[in-house]
Amino acid sequence: MLKLVWLVPVLPLVGVLVNGIFGHWIKNRAHILGVGTTGLSFLVALGVFLQAAGGQSLNWDIYSWVAVGPFHATVGFQVDPLSAVMMLVVTFVGFVIHVYSVGYMHGDRGYARFFTYMNLFMTSMLILVLANNYLLMFLGWEGVGLCSYLLIGFWYEKQSASDAGKKAFVVNRIGDAGFLLGLFLIWENFGSLHYADVFSQVESLRPVLERPSVLGLSLVTWITLLLFAGAVGKSAQLPLYVWLPDAMEGPTPVSALIHAATMVTAGVYMVARSSALFSLAPQSMSVVATIGAVTAVFAATIALVQTDIKRVIAYSTISQLGYMFLGCGVGAYASAIFHLATHAFFKALLFLGAGSVIHGLQGEQDVRKMGGLATYMPVTAATFLIGSLANAGVFFLAGFWSKDQILHAAIASGHTWLWGLGAAGAFCTAFYMFRLFFLTFTGPTRMDPHVAHHVHESPRVMAVPLMILACFAVVAGLFGYSVEHSPYYSFVNPVFQVSAHGAESHGPSELAMALVSTAIAGAGILVAYHMYRRNPDLPERLARQFAGLYRLLLNKYWVDELYNAVFIDFGKRLCGRLWGFDASVVDGAVNGSSRLTVWLSQVSARFDFHGVDGAVNAIADLIQGGSDAFKRLQTGLIQNYMLAMALGIFVIVSLFFFL
Amino acid sequence: MVPLSHYLILSAILFSLGVFGALTRRNAVAILMSIELMLNAVNVSFVAFARYLPQTQLQGQVFAIFVIAIAAAEMAVALAIVLGLYRNFKTVNVDEINLMKW
Repeated sequence: MLKLVWLVPVLPLVGVLVNGIFGHWIKNRAHILGVGTTGLSFLVALGVFLQAAGGQSLNWDIYSWVAVGPFHATVGFQVDPLSAVMMLVVTFVGFVIHVYSVGYMHGDRGYARFFTYMNLFMTSMLILVLANNYLLMFLGWEGVGLCSYLLIGFWYEKQSASDAGKKAFVVNRIGDAGFLLGLFLIWENFGSLHYADVFSQVESLRPVLERPSVLGLSLVTWITLLLFAGAVGKSAQLPLYVWLPDAMEGPTPVSALIHAATMVTAGVYMVARSSALFSLAPQSMSVVATIGAVTAVFAATIALVQTDIKRVIAYSTISQLGYMFLGCGVGAYASAIFHLATHAFFKALLFLGAGSVIHGLQGEQDVRKMGGLATYMPVTAATFLIGSLANAGVFFLAGFWSKDQILHAAIASGHTWLWGLGAAGAFCTAFYMFRLFFLTFTGPTRMDPHVAHHVHESPRVMAVPLMILACFAVVAGLFGYSVEHSPYYSFVNPVFQVSAHGAESHGPSELAMALVSTAIAGAGILVAYHMYRRNPDLPERLARQFAGLYRLLLNKYWVDELYNAVFIDFGKRLCGRLWGFDASVVDGAVNGSSRLTVWLSQVSARFDFHGVDGAVNAIADLIQGGSDAFKRLQTGLIQNYMLAMALGIFVIVSLFFFL
Repeated sequence: MVPLSHYLILSAILFSLGVFGALTRRNAVAILMSIELMLNAVNVSFVAFARYLPQTQLQGQVFAIFVIAIAAAEMAVALAIVLGLYRNFKTVNVDEINLMKW
């Protein structure tokens, strides 16, 4: 039964092939296979998960993929608690979002194409989480990157969408280069890319791995840092997060599935999967934790002032991913993966809710032109409220447990200032989520009249997924309510190897931490309520008073502009120089050589004409001239010949006689 | 008895006349006649030598007979050619028959 796991990624692939090849004829029935295969895949995944939860595991090489010399790569699947949890989250959230897409994408010209890409994404993501070696994981990794590109640029007629797709692809490529280098180093030192081989050798190779190498950092630090570079790109952390906000150009279900719930968490999964390596590299762990915490606050502050409903949630995603890396960095891998799962539910819910709003308002995304929508869209408003509460980390909801455990792990491992950053981020999170909620769903309406005329609640095919996700956003946290006792932790924790100093938990009790967290979240919500419900003119006054700060946040710290100025312009100038070099030197050399050849052939032609042909013609001319001269002798008159003969005889006879 | 030198002088005069005629005449028939003159000059010297040189057994006479026979045959062919030439060119002037000249 456990071996049926191969069906999990293959089923969506069937949808890809059929919809991809016959999409032109299938058209508006594409969802039958698209959603059907994903649903079946979820059912199989559920079966496999239940078996894995029963204590079974699987590490199965199905197919020898590449075998060159000592290098041997296989296609193989591994089912252990970590991949089982990931698989279940991916298939479940994926399935729900597929269902939602039926309503959201209804009537789109690229309906079949949409489901083809979505299914291809499911396949890639499941390969990524189920792979039993790094190379196959990389295949899935690149596959999801490709699907992300295809789906961000889904409405490719729109310039901004196709630009955003390219941006995502290029930025991801930077991280992927690091990931790939990390894989090279792993292969070089472990002689294998299988998780089992690599992690079992960690202890025996420890002296080699911990020996200082380039820049005084140990080898394992370099490996983990390079792997983390890949994670930074894929999971949109500082400094490679810039593609994720732009990725909101894609259809909203794509934002929910790929850019919130699943793909962007691949980096977290990869770091958690490599915990055995990270446990030997405390410096890398610090880097991971620091980048995570800083990103969490950084993105949260940007989200405070954004006005595009999807962008706020996008920055929220970056921020939440930061928390997951913070968890990984302080050794709380299980909490990070737990947050990943709960975040998948409530962030998918928030995005689908935002999609529902956008759908109802004919594509309006600016929160300044919303307001008071709760009366028109009660289901969306209620579920969005649940998602906001969960994201803000309010007690009892999913986000509370997981985020709280990460923050607790941070302070328990002695990183007080990381906890401080996380707590500041949590305050911002609560504030911007409720700012968004109040602006969108409450107060007087600010809609354009012609939009307000048509506003409507979304159809049932979209509303039901919202309700399902809302249920999970409430209850998902209960599986891991306590690090010590809950079923989730006892299931997942054995997978991870945590370095000695990261695991000991001292510091304040979980309960005290929970109270502090709740207080922070409550404060954020209250401030938002105060600013956007009680005194609606307060935000504008504050924006005027702190104009510099406001502009800084509104323009996202000018990071895009900075990158443009530093990297893009530099690249362009470099390209210009290289082009100039090409045009002048390389082309010059090529043209010069051709010009030289032309000149040489002209010389040679002249030699041919005057030298060779001249010699030949001279000989011919000589012969002709000679024969012209001598043909005079050939008079044709017999008498001339006879005269010559007679004279000749006379001369000879005379000589005979007189000499 | 007439000495041999007289015959040889006669022969030489006849031959020279023949050469002169063959070289200067433009009429093909006249050239043929000149050639005949040269042949007969040779015949005269053959016969004279045969008569005056000792221990000869008619070689000179026989040679002369051969020359006469061959000359007759030659004349027959040559006159036929001249006839053919005349039919084609309406002339027997050798200067005007230059069809194969360059």
